[in-house]
Amino acid sequence: MSWFKRIKGGITTSTKEKKETPEGLWYKCPSCKKITTSSEHVQNKYVCPNCDYHERIGSHEYFEILFDNNEFIELNEKLSSGDPLGFVDTKSYVTRVSDSQKKSGLTDAIRSAHGTVDGNDLVCCCMDFGFIGGSMGSVVGEKIARAADYCLEKRIPLLIISKSGGARMMEAAYSLMQMAKTAAKLALLDEARIPYISLLTDPTTGGVTASYAMLGDLNIAEPGALIGFAGPRVVKETIGKDLPKGFQTSEFVLEHGFLDKIINRKELKPTLSALLNMFIH
Amino acid sequence: MNFLEFEKPISELIDELEKVKKTGEKTKADVTTLVADLEGKITSKRKEIFGALTPWQRVQMSRHPDRPYTMAYISALTNNTFIELHGDRTVKDDKAMVGGFGSVDGQTVMFIGQQKGINTKMRQFRNFGMPNPEGYRKALRLMKLAEKFNKPIVTLIDTPGAFPGLEAEERGQGEAIARNLLEMARLKVPVICIIIGEGASGGALGIGVGDKVLMLENTWYSVISPESCSSILWRSWDFKEKAAEVLKLTAEDMLRQKLIDGIIKEPLGGAHTDPETTFATVKAEILSNLNELRKLDTNTLVHNRIAKFCSMGVVIEN
Repeated sequence: MSWFKRIKGGITTSTKEKKETPEGLWYKCPSCKKITTSSEHVQNKYVCPNCDYHERIGSHEYFEILFDNNEFIELNEKLSSGDPLGFVDTKSYVTRVSDSQKKSGLTDAIRSAHGTVDGNDLVCCCMDFGFIGGSMGSVVGEKIARAADYCLEKRIPLLIISKSGGARMMEAAYSLMQMAKTAAKLALLDEARIPYISLLTDPTTGGVTASYAMLGDLNIAEPGALIGFAGPRVVKETIGKDLPKGFQTSEFVLEHGFLDKIINRKELKPTLSALLNMFIH
Repeated sequence: MNFLEFEKPISELIDELEKVKKTGEKTKADVTTLVADLEGKITSKRKEIFGALTPWQRVQMSRHPDRPYTMAYISALTNNTFIELHGDRTVKDDKAMVGGFGSVDGQTVMFIGQQKGINTKMRQFRNFGMPNPEGYRKALRLMKLAEKFNKPIVTLIDTPGAFPGLEAEERGQGEAIARNLLEMARLKVPVICIIIGEGASGGALGIGVGDKVLMLENTWYSVISPESCSSILWRSWDFKEKAAEVLKLTAEDMLRQKLIDGIIKEPLGGAHTDPETTFATVKAEILSNLNELRKLDTNTLVHNRIAKFCSMGVVIEN
């Protein structure tokens, strides 16, 4: 005989009367755990209204934040990755790419677009971390190269928003050479005196840091982003000690002299617009 | 002489040869036919083993403890006229990166390269050939110096990677390498880059943007070392052989992918078995490439270099 006995039946609410909470109505900040409504969070450019934690966002959101009326022409949107090495690790590179394409709805880890920011023309290449860790392969290199050519031809400033774990291992040396390729194109922009602004967001590491992300006429970053060449785990293993607090954050990189400015995402568009005006007038 | 695991059959034959020679000396017996026979065997064994090296064995060859390092090449190529220049003019002098002027058959050349140590003490002194940011900045300063006085640049690449230390991060390892890539792309003098050992990722590329990029036969060049690749993709160190295969990092692979411009042949058994011949071959390659590049005017030179790197990559348009 049991100690407790259920007198009433199980769930008594009929399906008709069941009340559902719509999915995604609330946003809980992973940093301060404070809860806000999703709409407020979006309005706040995906920045926590309480602690200023910057949620990782993708090209879709950045284009919406930056371009006037969310209007832009996407450039080279159809480029996708080949598999020059027939690379297979735990799964084949072809499968990895197509899985990632299905999951993210993107073709690769970067999108480029031409639009206006408060009336000034701007070409923006924006990386998507959701696509194989925002890794830089041939497509990323080629899209940046073509965007740079577009800027050269039309004399429009270039903004690259970096968000990447580094080079894409599955394209081996091809991905390594994208560092030289993008840097060479930026040399041409430099010679032509066309402004190039680099925005470093969380995270920007490896081959991306060691090429276009650090080569801006202006290097700006979002607060609290991880920015570095070697990943923190590798550095920790190398020195055999715990890393100091705040190591490889935007603030750390600014203090050491490699960033011009840290800009809160809420201020991104107005600051960028002001900077573009300074270059133009 | 040191021998790698797969070179064991060769080392056994060499031991036997030494023994026969010694016995010959002692007993004054005629061993010439025996010696000739053994020497023939050694050559054919070498041909057999080195004719079919796996990618991982090539990686091991590139790290062979007897392999000549950058300074040995520079001394031989310049016939000891090399004058080393130090420092990045900002922080310090990086011992993992060496550079300076030297004369190759009467022509002044700026040499730059990563330097590994030849013994434990020197390895530490040279930081195992892993430069800090000041190393890349020293390299750039010297390249700019060469450009100013219209001297060609030869870089010798041999590094397990840029140093991933705390201070390297503080002083902007990423920025230092990035700056080199941009500036090297537009240097107004001929640049020849030769991978003489390990070509590990950004640490190698940081002095690797040239008009001609050449690899010695038993070297590797890729975005990551096979060991690290194995630990990231398979989450274990045990797949390094497999990783070496899939990365397609050998000189032959790299040439097939059109990511380098040529392969420099090594003596049978590797560069270290006959350094003099290796140095002579490298010198001939440098001179013939310089002759070819000197015919181009500056604009064409720079334009071709940038166009070459911009053509690298495989994408599908659809």
